[in-house]
Amino acid sequence: MILHPSIIALLTGSILTSGMLLYAAVFAVQILRHWDLSSGSELQLQLERKTYLISTLMTYALGFQLIALFLFIYTANSLCSQLIGAMCAVGSLKANQWGYPAVVLQAVSFLVAGVWLVVNGADNRGYDYPLVRKKYLLLLIVAPLVMAQTIVEALYFLSLKVNIITSCCGTLFGANVTDQSGNLLSLPRVPLQIAFWGIFAVTFAAGLAFCLRGRLGWLYAAGSALFLPVAIASLISFVSPYVYELPTHHCPFCLLQPEYRYIGYLFYLTIFTGGVAGLGTGVLLPFRRIPSLAELLPSYLRRLAVLGLACYTVFTVSAVVEIAFSHLRI
Amino acid sequence: MSAVERHRNILDFTLASLMRRKGKNSALIVVYTLVVFVLASALFFTQAIRREAGLVLTDAPELVVQRLVAGRHDLIPTAYLEKIRDIRGVTGARSRLWGYYYDATVGANYTLEVPLEAPPPEGSVIVGEGLARTSGAAVDSLMPFRTTRGEITTFAVSKILPSDSSLVSADLVLLSEKDFREMFGVDRAHATDLAVTVRNKKEIPVIARKIAEALPDTRTISRDEILRTYDAVFSWRGGIMLALLAGAVLAFVIFAWDRAAGLSAEERKEIGILKAIGWETSDVLLMKFWEGVAVSLTAFLLGIVAAYVHVFFASAGLFEPVLKGWSVLYPRFRLVPFIDFPQVAALFFLTVVPYTVATVIPSWRAATVDPDAVMRG
Repeated sequence: MILHPSIIALLTGSILTSGMLLYAAVFAVQILRHWDLSSGSELQLQLERKTYLISTLMTYALGFQLIALFLFIYTANSLCSQLIGAMCAVGSLKANQWGYPAVVLQAVSFLVAGVWLVVNGADNRGYDYPLVRKKYLLLLIVAPLVMAQTIVEALYFLSLKVNIITSCCGTLFGANVTDQSGNLLSLPRVPLQIAFWGIFAVTFAAGLAFCLRGRLGWLYAAGSALFLPVAIASLISFVSPYVYELPTHHCPFCLLQPEYRYIGYLFYLTIFTGGVAGLGTGVLLPFRRIPSLAELLPSYLRRLAVLGLACYTVFTVSAVVEIAFSHLRI
Repeated sequence: MSAVERHRNILDFTLASLMRRKGKNSALIVVYTLVVFVLASALFFTQAIRREAGLVLTDAPELVVQRLVAGRHDLIPTAYLEKIRDIRGVTGARSRLWGYYYDATVGANYTLEVPLEAPPPEGSVIVGEGLARTSGAAVDSLMPFRTTRGEITTFAVSKILPSDSSLVSADLVLLSEKDFREMFGVDRAHATDLAVTVRNKKEIPVIARKIAEALPDTRTISRDEILRTYDAVFSWRGGIMLALLAGAVLAFVIFAWDRAAGLSAEERKEIGILKAIGWETSDVLLMKFWEGVAVSLTAFLLGIVAAYVHVFFASAGLFEPVLKGWSVLYPRFRLVPFIDFPQVAALFFLTVVPYTVATVIPSWRAATVDPDAVMRG
């Protein structure tokens, strides 16, 4: 275990967030079992009041998750100087088997928590808590995810071994030195480019149709859900080499470094926000017919779709700008 | 009313209500600021000194070869140089002479070194700024040293090293090779250790292995290893400081919880009236959220600025002895100001997050009071 300030901070944050979600999950079970809007019992009143607390807890948890995601990558990056063979976050995360699962869990739990907040926003618009059961079922998925993330993250940090000078000789000879520079995965470029532009065009057109006419919502949601992984894969495969101006460097994390004008923050924030908006739209589409939501939900969905489209467009435009103004020519 | 307008109005109301209870809120902010200040100072200091160590070592040789006798560092025969130069990939190997000297009159250890480039002329020395300050040496004054044979020999101080490098040079004495050998009785066939430069950084492990095979009584230390060790040591010291300060954070969290939970009758009444005139629970929660943001942001920024001044302008006077290590000749130096996102984010998780978590349930309790019950009671 490395007693690094950022590690202490991350673990503190994760444990507190998990605690909040555990509390929320216990309450979710109560709601699922006892919720009855027609009843005026003491318990029902208590439950209705507590829904406010849960919304607040979830909003905070999501905010903390977002900062934690970036801090985690940063910490992995700064740890690389203490681990043999690691040159950036890619190497540090490979140091044991928990590194990558921790990142993936963090991203997934951020997405699901974001969708939860979108559903919550819709639910708050209806006067009769129309989505309350679905919302709390979803919460029962978010909570275990965040807890799993906390455990995996702790395992990752606790099982890190630092290679420092020992008294007999350099540790050099004990460890097998492998060079783990930023060659994560490079998928075939051309099919990925076709997929990227194809999905973007479909999502954009469907999103526009949805915003203007209220049609093709399903296509937009499906496109958004697909675009998220494709955009990340494209970022790694053919956008990042242009940013680094190095054809062999495909690191998804170095983008966050000051050398590259922190462009990674823009990329990831737009991808994830766009993903949450698109997924949220998809989740809410079936509920347009609920009487108490029929009036308010369409405008809410339209605003979500606008946000999602704006994010994906900003992402695509900034990627194109990066490629166009790069000194690298492939 | 747009959402932005709503937030603005509620924020406006919140700030006014915070100002109305100045005394109570400033007590919280003072404690909060102190907690942020202490944690931030520890963090900034260790990170800055870690960076400093990294910068200092960029000019160090890629590999250092030392001879070990019975597990102890011993003088190395200069004949080894030839064997090392024969290894492919080595661009140069030079012998280095350095050692320590205890000056009984000052009560401090000096580091004596023969510089590889431009050594001072025989009979004279170049000294570090810290040493000059402590021993009162000035240019052209004489410095006495005891040789290993017990004789006293004096050197003229030809130059004092500038203080901008004083982190590494505070206790340094540079002298010529001949003076060094005479003073410590080291014959010409031996040196303290060997510095090896390597063309390709990736070959360092291979070359180190070859040296170890050719010269089994030596150990090699690479620059990366030194860097890694410094990194680990300073991160660890910073971590230990934070772990020790966990008690303070916990006390603060309990304080914040207690304060948020124990709403005064007046505050409860205020919330009751707000709800009676049409505020919803979510509006009160929003007000509490903005209250938390205002308090946290004020304390966080004040704490960080105070820590910045403390570490980078006042040389971290409060923690220096703990974090820097122990030595008689303290270098006087100013760290290069350095703050980045991870440090601020780490501080956020150690202070703002616990504060928020501690106050969220009391805030909700306050927001869900029954207006009728409060105003009647």
